[in-house]
Amino acid sequence: MIKYTEDHEWLKIDGDIATVGITVHAQDALGDVVFVDLPAVGTVFTQKETAGVVESVKAAADVYMPADGEIIEVNAALKDDPSLANSDPLGTGWFFKIKLSAPAQLDALMDETSYAAFANT
Amino acid sequence: MLDNASDSTLFTTSLNTLHLELGARMVAFAGYSMPVQYPAGLIAEHLHTRLAASLFDVSHMGQMRLEGQDAAAALESLMPVDVIGLAAGKQRYGLLLDEAGGILDDLMFVNRNLADGGDIFIIVNGACKAADLAHIERHIGTRCAVIPMPDRALLALQGPLAATALGRLAPGVEKLVFMTGGRFEIAGCDCYLTRSGYTGEDGFEISVPADQAMTLARALLAQSEVKPAGLGARNSLRLEAGLCLYGNDIDTSTTPIQAQLNWAIQKVRRSGGARAGGFPGAERILAELDEPSRLSRQRVGLIALERIPVREHSALHAIDGTLLGEVSSGLLSPSLNQALAMGYVTPSHAALGTRIQARVRGKPVPMQVCALPFIANRYFRG
Repeated sequence: MIKYTEDHEWLKIDGDIATVGITVHAQDALGDVVFVDLPAVGTVFTQKETAGVVESVKAAADVYMPADGEIIEVNAALKDDPSLANSDPLGTGWFFKIKLSAPAQLDALMDETSYAAFANT
Repeated sequence: MLDNASDSTLFTTSLNTLHLELGARMVAFAGYSMPVQYPAGLIAEHLHTRLAASLFDVSHMGQMRLEGQDAAAALESLMPVDVIGLAAGKQRYGLLLDEAGGILDDLMFVNRNLADGGDIFIIVNGACKAADLAHIERHIGTRCAVIPMPDRALLALQGPLAATALGRLAPGVEKLVFMTGGRFEIAGCDCYLTRSGYTGEDGFEISVPADQAMTLARALLAQSEVKPAGLGARNSLRLEAGLCLYGNDIDTSTTPIQAQLNWAIQKVRRSGGARAGGFPGAERILAELDEPSRLSRQRVGLIALERIPVREHSALHAIDGTLLGEVSSGLLSPSLNQALAMGYVTPSHAALGTRIQARVRGKPVPMQVCALPFIANRYFRG
């Protein structure tokens, strides 16, 4: 199951683990991604807290925690090649994995159809 | 995320339909809807400019001319620059100053044969153009005619193959050298062009009647060397070239000497020169020039020793934690793949090689003061 936030993050949910990245729309709006600042494994965030930063040549944008939880893994490949966020945002360009502590929060997030409508408005 | 420019209060340039046709992402800039990048993306556009040639629409910038025998002396009263001594056909960088010596705007001007019935042609920053016009009119409008030129577009063709591409359409342009200009017919358009630009590369800025700009742009884009580039690439190119962006690196709170633009003040206007002083803020600026120890801060180039972009307003500290100043422009350089910045520091930490620290999101990032430009310029000097 994939869910989307209003801040243009996606979550792929597998039980109480979610893999998080930025959407195709977000990477397109940002342009060439040149730097990604990811949180430390073990950090606990609440929903909407800033968990990372993604930067293009021109601009920096915060990456928000899509739901309460703990960072259990970050994508080390992004450090060496931040452009993965552009070339494969939903695949190898993922940002981090979280262990969800309040999975019920996911019910309020958008599915693919609602996000597509949201992103195009 | 970037703002998009759907706001109907924005002006558009005469190339607006071309930008949309080329798939540009449009943003609001200086009151205009402008292309920030095309589908190739900022990095590709930046690198193409360094390798071949790129076409930039810079029609948001202000164009005006001064007419009348006294125009050069009049303009010279507003800038710490040698205007009277500029030969016909030559271009120079100038700085409009306020009474405290702060920079109101930076500009380029050309003597288009003023002594023989021509004019001084001036290009100013888009965001400043209304204020510049009012300032110039107010101070010297009785000494010369100050004529805005809103009916002209401005294109920049920049890169090592710019002269090859443009020379095919306008034989003779390749003979111009850096900071000279001339009138040329290009693709049937009545152009005034200068061999100059804002990327550190060889290139041309072309003033053209707005209703002919589309014809000119299409003729340039039809050349195999030329691709379109947006304001994003223009900004990253100018930072690598160590050039100041008005509003970031210079403004009314900075003097030309703090900004290390001493080279823009010719000897004739300095202490002991034939026409020393006589410009707004002269006392302060000449004092700073004569005694650099008076400077409270100065602009420097900085390279980060880690691969982390250090952007404008990031604080700069000495290794012992003392606050030194802040970054005025910064990004990850597409050419060098390093984080580059310009910023202001206290002169005690301005020497080349000095290690300092920037604060990025609370974390220290080691930086080193380095020489400008970051990438050697390749102007054509003949």
